Amino acid sequence: MQVSMSVNGRQVSGDVEPRTLLVHFLREDRGLTGTHVGCESSYCGACTVKMDGKAVLSCTMLAVQAEGADITTVEGLAENGELHPVQEGFWERHGLQCGFCTPGMIISAVTLLEENDNPSEEEIRRGIEGNLCRCTGYHNIVRAIEYAGAKMRGEEPAPAEWENA
Amino acid sequence: MSSTSVLGGVVRRREDPALIQGRGRYTDDVKLAGTAHVAFVRSPYAHAQVSSVDTSAAAAMEGVLAVYTAADTDHLGPLIAQVPVGALRPLLNSGTVKHVGEAVAMVVAEDPYVAKDAADAVDVDYEPLPAVVDLKQSLSDEVPVHEGASNTLISWVGPFGADEAALAELQEGIEAAKQRDDAVVVSQEMINQRLIPVPIEPRSVMADYQAGYDRFDIYSSTQIPSALAGAIGKYFGMSMNQVTVKAMEVGGGFGCKLNVYNDEVLVAFASRQLGCPVKWTETRREAANSTIQGRGWVATATVTGTEDGEILGFELEGIADMGAYSQNFTVAIPFLGLFVGSGQYSFPTYWKMDCVTTHTMTTDAYRGAGRPEAAYYLERIVDMYARRIGMDPAEVRRKNYISADDFPGAVSPMGFPMDTGDYATNLDAALETAGWSDLLAERDAARAEGRYVGVGLATYVEVCGFGPSGLVDLGFSWAEYQMPSAFNGSSLVRVHPDGSATVSIGTGPSGQGHQTTWAQIVGDGLGLDVERIRVIHGDTEEAPPSIGTFGSRSAAVDGAACYEATGKVRAKAARIAAHLLEASEEDIEFADGAAQVVGTDSSVSWGEIAACAYQPHRLPEGLEGGLEAHAIFSPGNATWPFGTHIAVVEVDPDTGDVDLLRYIGMDDCGNVISPMIVDGQIHGGIAQGIGQAMFEDAVYGADGNLLSGSLVDYILPTAADLPSFELDRTVTPSDINPLGVKGIGEAGTIGSAHTVVNAVVDALEPLGVTHIDMPLRPRRVWQAIQDARA
Ligand code: FES
Ligand code: FES
Repeated sequence: MQVSMSVNGRQVSGDVEPRTLLVHFLREDRGLTGTHVGCESSYCGACTVKMDGKAVLSCTMLAVQAEGADITTVEGLAENGELHPVQEGFWERHGLQCGFCTPGMIISAVTLLEENDNPSEEEIRRGIEGNLCRCTGYHNIVRAIEYAGAKMRGEEPAPAEWENA
Repeated sequence: MSSTSVLGGVVRRREDPALIQGRGRYTDDVKLAGTAHVAFVRSPYAHAQVSSVDTSAAAAMEGVLAVYTAADTDHLGPLIAQVPVGALRPLLNSGTVKHVGEAVAMVVAEDPYVAKDAADAVDVDYEPLPAVVDLKQSLSDEVPVHEGASNTLISWVGPFGADEAALAELQEGIEAAKQRDDAVVVSQEMINQRLIPVPIEPRSVMADYQAGYDRFDIYSSTQIPSALAGAIGKYFGMSMNQVTVKAMEVGGGFGCKLNVYNDEVLVAFASRQLGCPVKWTETRREAANSTIQGRGWVATATVTGTEDGEILGFELEGIADMGAYSQNFTVAIPFLGLFVGSGQYSFPTYWKMDCVTTHTMTTDAYRGAGRPEAAYYLERIVDMYARRIGMDPAEVRRKNYISADDFPGAVSPMGFPMDTGDYATNLDAALETAGWSDLLAERDAARAEGRYVGVGLATYVEVCGFGPSGLVDLGFSWAEYQMPSAFNGSSLVRVHPDGSATVSIGTGPSGQGHQTTWAQIVGDGLGLDVERIRVIHGDTEEAPPSIGTFGSRSAAVDGAACYEATGKVRAKAARIAAHLLEASEEDIEFADGAAQVVGTDSSVSWGEIAACAYQPHRLPEGLEGGLEAHAIFSPGNATWPFGTHIAVVEVDPDTGDVDLLRYIGMDDCGNVISPMIVDGQIHGGIAQGIGQAMFEDAVYGADGNLLSGSLVDYILPTAADLPSFELDRTVTPSDINPLGVKGIGEAGTIGSAHTVVNAVVDALEPLGVTHIDMPLRPRRVWQAIQDARA
């Protein structure tokens, strides 16, 4: 079946089996391996991509269901070599260890901050509830999103915890 | 140490730019032309005789390249293990299968979807047999897991090295204490439930056999690349140097990627047979039923003490679940618990764990591996004892600690020499940070209002960074498996002719930030900017053989090797610089990318020194060309980190819901290279301990079916379940490595499960609840409340 969509601002099309999952289309056909598969059953969030402005799980969606959609993956976040503030936050605040959950986590954080650029800790934690991380205990992921929120509001982020130590 | 500035510095992680932009390369991301894909046919029964395997329909499907059964692979022998006690796993099994998920057949197809369809089309007939899952039933040998063999594989008895007479005397001493008039004896059977490690990256392996060159490239999500290279070589009659294992980015391991797996061998086999690259990535369900699990103990802990808090003896007797087959370290895991069986205490300890088989997936190393279990029993029972005698739980612990004055030279009651420790100082720091007396007052005030608020405290000592080789020489054969088995660290530091440097090291990290830490050590030692240093790890072609990354060993052992190799390079560079600057070697110091004569502005850059090193005619007489050094660090002991954790919870008595309000960690891992990375390790470790305490449970039905094989029923903590953690540290440097570091990968997990349980039991104390087995999910807590009220 023919499918076409916009991926990271570029119009793409491909010939896929009807049962091809969106995540496999992105990873295998488009070579965008930043979007990960952690469970293929909609529980881990590793495969989260942005579709028409909303975070969706690309492992529980067929490629053909994304026909005509506007998809952003983690590879499409940085612009002109500038990291997205959320990416910067994850780097600055040690929001990742193995990095496997990170692309999905970052996409979820981006959509969260696009809806509310000044979330409370509680709102951040609820907002990324669908993304599992086994490495960080989420502590520094929350700090990373706080950092990004501050940046997006044009404020100076709070100093890193280790800077106070 | 000549320079300590490496310690305590914060460098943003060098691995991150790729990972945050989706450019990290994990095994499943590797693409080679013509790759075939694997799917396994797995047993749906815990114990069954396979009466027939019909592969014809699958083999006839379009796009299927091969279907293999045990008949094709039995000649390779069973799966190797570094501690081969008990039955080893057949690569494929078409005889009697012994657990749900055991591999019966392997399908290889051009496309992964087709491989799965074809696996479904393999027709296997099973005749189910009775299964044993319960540990006590297994111990009775009523249902043997392996025909003709006892289910008990080994019993670990401590203190380590005590003979029968010494053990009898110890037990008599504890018995006598129990008869004292002022004796208080507290005993409790507790379950330390099985867990599934669940790194978010599923395991994945790809083998590329290149027939023309008779060599393998193996890409695998493994913590032990050298061991895998050795193993693949052994199976196919090749040398280690014909096999390159590349563990690129590894998406979390936590011990479960510290095995050579049958799927890795089978994928290599298929690649050799078919002459094309072959790849397999496990599904989440396969991760649950065919990747190793952890924990799985049932044991009774007993404390005998006086009414005023002096503990006279501790006993632990129980059974540990090994699963059906022994894999890499299986029976050695409870032995690691024995190491810390007496914790940081000085009281006499008797310890016995029987390791039994069951018709379940193999257990092996999962974060902490034996030590969280041992600490759990000890810290729960000490807490119950404190409660029984009405003493502050912190006070009871302090009273029974090994004293800081006993170091150096302290030997634990389990018979192990410990490096350094100052437990009381650490405890005091934790109490102060948490505001202990205020916490207790707030709890009491909440109680007065009828709320169920609890404060839990626990302390731990860990043993990690294993060495020396002799300490852990259990008499098992290693060399036969072609695995680097000595507990050493190994590192090679090379300065290139342009003054940049490469460190190659045998570690196999999975998120620990080694790209950054090793560069910090080398950069500090050479006075080079970390940006000029490349780190190569997880690649057996380029890095020296090593036992891998596990057991919180990398910084303390491989990091020390990296430090020593750096020192050798610096010493040679100092000779060259002295020659070039016409100064004396002792006056040379390195900083900012150059060597300088102390107190002068005479200097020469690393680029010039290195260029000279590769032009032997310019070197001082007798000095060999080149600028690189290899070091093997063989530690004199393991390291013994320790800490104190405190949790505050509130329990909703109507629902049994536990709200974790605060979590305070005061850990001591010796010197700290990067506080950012160390704290990150502790955060993740604590989250996994809380996961065990509150959510996670690998449940097998009586028939051996795994009832929690997906993430729907195997519940991991989410961001919304956890608070921010309040961390601080004390620093008691280790004296067995030049960096003064201990390990930190597992400490958070070893300290946390019992801290949470102690807090919940404290919250429910007014109801008379004394113990609840983990995980403390609402229904179980609610039931305990109902039982207490009844
Ligand atoms: S891979 Fe999609 S939710 Fe886990
Ligand atoms: S960083 Fe490893 S799973 Fe999140």
